Amino acid sequence: MNKILSLLAVGILGGASVAAAADIIGTVTYKGTPPAEKTITPILDDPSCGATYGGKAPTTHFYVVGANGEFGDVIVSLKDVYGPATGASAAPAVLDQKGCLYTPSILTLQTSQKLIVKNSDPVLHNVHLNPTVADNEKANEASINSAQMPNGADLNYAFPKPEKFLKFQCDVHPWMFAWVTIVDSPYFAQTGADGKFVIKNVPPGKYTIVADHRKAGETTQDIEVKDTDVTVNFTFAPK
Amino acid sequence: MNKNCQTEYNPWLHYFAIATAIFTFLLIGLGGLVTSHEAGMSVPDWPNTYGYNMFLFPISKWVGGVFYEHTHRLLASTVGLLTVILAVWMGRREARPWLRRLGWVAVVLVIVQGVLGGLRVKWSMAGLGVFHGTVAQIFLVLTFAFVLWTSRWWLVTPWDKLMPVSRSLRRHVLYATILIFLQLMLGATMRHQHAGLAIHDFPLAYGQVWPDTSAEAMARYNAERVEVVTETPVTAFQIELQMFHRLGAVLIFLAVLACAWQARRQLGGRDVLGRITLGWLALIFLQIGLGIETIHSNKAADIATLHVMIGALSLVTGALGCVIAFRRADAAPKLAAETAISGGLHPAVGLVANK
Repeated sequence: MNKILSLLAVGILGGASVAAAADIIGTVTYKGTPPAEKTITPILDDPSCGATYGGKAPTTHFYVVGANGEFGDVIVSLKDVYGPATGASAAPAVLDQKGCLYTPSILTLQTSQKLIVKNSDPVLHNVHLNPTVADNEKANEASINSAQMPNGADLNYAFPKPEKFLKFQCDVHPWMFAWVTIVDSPYFAQTGADGKFVIKNVPPGKYTIVADHRKAGETTQDIEVKDTDVTVNFTFAPK
Repeated sequence: MNKNCQTEYNPWLHYFAIATAIFTFLLIGLGGLVTSHEAGMSVPDWPNTYGYNMFLFPISKWVGGVFYEHTHRLLASTVGLLTVILAVWMGRREARPWLRRLGWVAVVLVIVQGVLGGLRVKWSMAGLGVFHGTVAQIFLVLTFAFVLWTSRWWLVTPWDKLMPVSRSLRRHVLYATILIFLQLMLGATMRHQHAGLAIHDFPLAYGQVWPDTSAEAMARYNAERVEVVTETPVTAFQIELQMFHRLGAVLIFLAVLACAWQARRQLGGRDVLGRITLGWLALIFLQIGLGIETIHSNKAADIATLHVMIGALSLVTGALGCVIAFRRADAAPKLAAETAISGGLHPAVGLVANK
């Protein structure tokens, strides 16, 4: 019922009062010391992968935290707001395999939005998806674990249902991961390294806004959008 | 039955059985490396390898996880071939019908095992990996039993003259072996969670005797958890699995200790079963040490794989101990009475060990 009401609310308000829509802007910060990242030492064991790094292995980037606590890779979205998703007509999102790492490692897209997975490496990878939502698994059944040769043809995916942090992995290089979040509305954003986000053209109304980080968890706030921009800031801290 | 069938010692058949058992043991080790390196899905197709006939897959492409998975498949094919040859050989030359039949049971098992491994890849179903790991252990036991049954020692031992093995000792060896088998299944379930170590400290767990697995605690553990491979949120189920695996290790240690003590007391230190159970206890010590080191090394692939291999050897030792103990049960009432009359050890004690 809530879902239907939300759909109706967003549909009616979104359609009738685009002019009155406003942006939600804000910053996400991490207060405290995040867990230490680890060096991906096995990357040097593969000569082709290791060559990219000149003998110095990169580290994991699970907590992208700036000098002043700017918190990157946080997904901000409106809770229980579904549609009108514009994924089918949106530009494709791209996930690249470069230097034997997924770039980016955190990605957000809409339902039905095309996802292109590239292999820019001179080595083969296997693109192995682990959907936890049955419809997403079914929709990509034929390519749930696909080989991708060096500079091979792109692989294409699309997901019909929302899902948080769907894991992509390469089993040839078991340190390679990407987590793709699929949302069912255009009202979302992902923070950059500066911790900032903007959700554009949100129709007036009362919402619960969610900030979600793969490791640090989620936090919510209740907000009301009227005809001017709304500022919402989030703060995460060690649990 | 073929007129060439015999129960006499056939050294070449025995050597061939040894080769099959060793290859199978190495195959389990390689399977351990596949899961330790999280490489099980690194070759997306089966029975082909990246579109090639797997025997023609270019060596230049054996990189990263592909190396472990592909060599595992090649070695598995070799073990399959050896098993078929062994079954045919025993079928033509072995007089014991039950052994001939078991040869073909091994062929069925190795085929089932291969198909399980293939389907695990084709269906991307991690749960099948648990069955794959379990069938592997049963098959390994069977190959080592072939070594025992085709050995000169097995064929020439005057079983009816040996000190009988009491019912209680037989049961102890059997129960300890079953415990090890269950422990290996638990271990296979843990490995096929593909979630790395669920608990990183030992002897405590998250600083507690029994870790908190509430939703808040799980969120905290996962927020602090940074893994290079197997970066997956750990679940309460996985933590409990590891805790039961730890408890299982304690139970197995006590059970095997009881077997070794009982065998020594009843049969003497020079009896073959006394020696086997003592060796078994040493293996369990080693296995516990490797389990602890697996945690302290953050599941280093070589240590975790050794843990798998010594676990398999522990099961084989227990299973062969069972075979020997139950083989010596037949004459038990008569010999037990004789032993009581002679007032101590039966004169045949050590007969085998002294050969």
